[in-house]
Amino acid sequence: MEHFAIWVAAFLTMGIISFLYKDNAWYKLSEAIFVGISAGYWFVTLFWDNIYGKFWVGRGDDAMLYIGAFLGLLMLMRLVPKVGWISRWPLAFIVGATAGFYLINYFSSNVMRQVEDTIMPLLGTDYSATTYDMIGNIVIAVGTFSGLVYFFFSKEHKGVFGGTAKVGIFFLMITFGASFGYTVMSRMSLLIGRLDFLFGDWLGMIK
Amino acid sequence: MSFHIAFLLLSVSLIVPSPSAQDEVADSVAVSDSALVVAAPPTSVIASEHEYDDGEALDLSWVPSIDDQLVGGLVIAYRVYRSTNGGELEMIEELIPGANQFTSGELSSDSSYSYVVAAVTTSGEFASNATAPLSPETEWLNYEKKWLFLIGLLIAGAVMYFIETARKGKKLFVRKIAGLEAIDDAVGRATEMGRSILFIPGIQDMDDVQTLAGLTILGRIAGTIAEYDTKLFMPVSRSLVMTAARETIKASFQTAGRPDKYSDDMVSYVTDEQFGYVAHVDGIMVREKPATVFLLGAFFAESLILAETGNSIGAIQIAGTARPAQLPFFIAACDFTLIGEELFAASAYLSNEPRALGSLKGQDVGKALAMIVIVIGVLAATIASAWQVESMQSIVDTLNSVFSTN
Repeated sequence: MEHFAIWVAAFLTMGIISFLYKDNAWYKLSEAIFVGISAGYWFVTLFWDNIYGKFWVGRGDDAMLYIGAFLGLLMLMRLVPKVGWISRWPLAFIVGATAGFYLINYFSSNVMRQVEDTIMPLLGTDYSATTYDMIGNIVIAVGTFSGLVYFFFSKEHKGVFGGTAKVGIFFLMITFGASFGYTVMSRMSLLIGRLDFLFGDWLGMIK
Repeated sequence: MSFHIAFLLLSVSLIVPSPSAQDEVADSVAVSDSALVVAAPPTSVIASEHEYDDGEALDLSWVPSIDDQLVGGLVIAYRVYRSTNGGELEMIEELIPGANQFTSGELSSDSSYSYVVAAVTTSGEFASNATAPLSPETEWLNYEKKWLFLIGLLIAGAVMYFIETARKGKKLFVRKIAGLEAIDDAVGRATEMGRSILFIPGIQDMDDVQTLAGLTILGRIAGTIAEYDTKLFMPVSRSLVMTAARETIKASFQTAGRPDKYSDDMVSYVTDEQFGYVAHVDGIMVREKPATVFLLGAFFAESLILAETGNSIGAIQIAGTARPAQLPFFIAACDFTLIGEELFAASAYLSNEPRALGSLKGQDVGKALAMIVIVIGVLAATIASAWQVESMQSIVDTLNSVFSTN
């Protein structure tokens, strides 16, 4: 049975990889199997974990579950055209509640912490600071300030303000370049993982 | 009663060394007159309320044993014992020599707790007196975050002011954002070519603000699509996004006076599975060959796969995300990219909604504040560091305390 599963996995892996050549029947078959099985898997998982596991089995433990179940029922109202508008309420609840929930975290980490960490002496924190420390501090201070100028939308990017914004986008592009290389390297590990499966688990060429 | 018995047992253990310690005592007889290593216990052990928590922690402090010295000290560790509701003592933490405080967490405000701190030597443990029983209390306000609250209040006030200003009809200036002008051109190009438009809202749910921003832009695009009578299709990986997207497109078609052209089939659910979704969207791209592809929302590892496929079929691609790790791929493979906050600004700019515009302007007040603080703080820190100016250092300390998140 295990060998059969490996052969199926290898068949589907090759089918997906065949897309590199062009769209073909093998790819379409693999795609349809992938989409169908994963959609069904998610449905079953969500049903047994949430509706059955949390609400039905643990319904006596947490009264909040009834609120969740009630909002879920409201979502189904869209199946009834006359009262379909009610399904917007749970959507509004989800959007509003999560926005409020994340507001403090984002404000704390993206604003307060960023400002606090940028307040540093350009000439180093003490007499033992090296040239690299000073350059690092200057890069952080200038990069943060010019980046803020670039994302300031209430003023046209002209003159000194525009020049500073250009410095900001310059910093952003260098950051993106470094991030690009880093992420490509991490993607290579995904490819290596698949090749390891094909040549190791399937073909047995890698011991 | 059981607490006292447990405490008695612990006290006995102070006098009777453990077997291993006894062995060590036997080995060291030759070099010491008294092999039993006796140390004074910690004193002044105080349990107090942990400030600004939700009733889950107590603070413990003590004066270390006088035999806890850096050189020639007898104490090798401190052990903290806890008794819950007068029950048996249980060891909850072992600390290094020199420790004089500890925060006991994962408590309940319905129970009372008593603590004993013992100095550990090679011969055994030497315990302090037990603290008086104490229950943690829930505090409703965290005054350590008062500056976070005040600055947040300032920015929220600015947002509300600008929303009200916009509602009164005053025009709020927002600079042009590169790429937005291209949206209408991209829709027009698809219409001229008689091909479709593909909109991909990322793979996150409605609780992600990037998805919301993407759907707001979708509202504007759908309006143009309704006017031009272009074909739109939008595969999604979340059922809630499907519902919200259908509502958005439907409203746009109604506003454009073309409700008859709207169809639920424009938006289809594929699967929650990330790469299953990608496999399907890639397949659609090469089969339908849309003239324009919008990638606006929260993206992960699929960003480059989607953008590269769109690039290979020659579609005009307009992308936008606030995820820094995915932006490089969009910049490399797409024609226009909305970087980070530009995605949110674009949704405000295009919708022309007073609330969205007011929020954008209010956030700009926050950015202006941050820029001013950074300039003042960096200058003060530099002068204080280079010339040892105390007044400048006090400015830096004040700013750090205001913006501290600890």
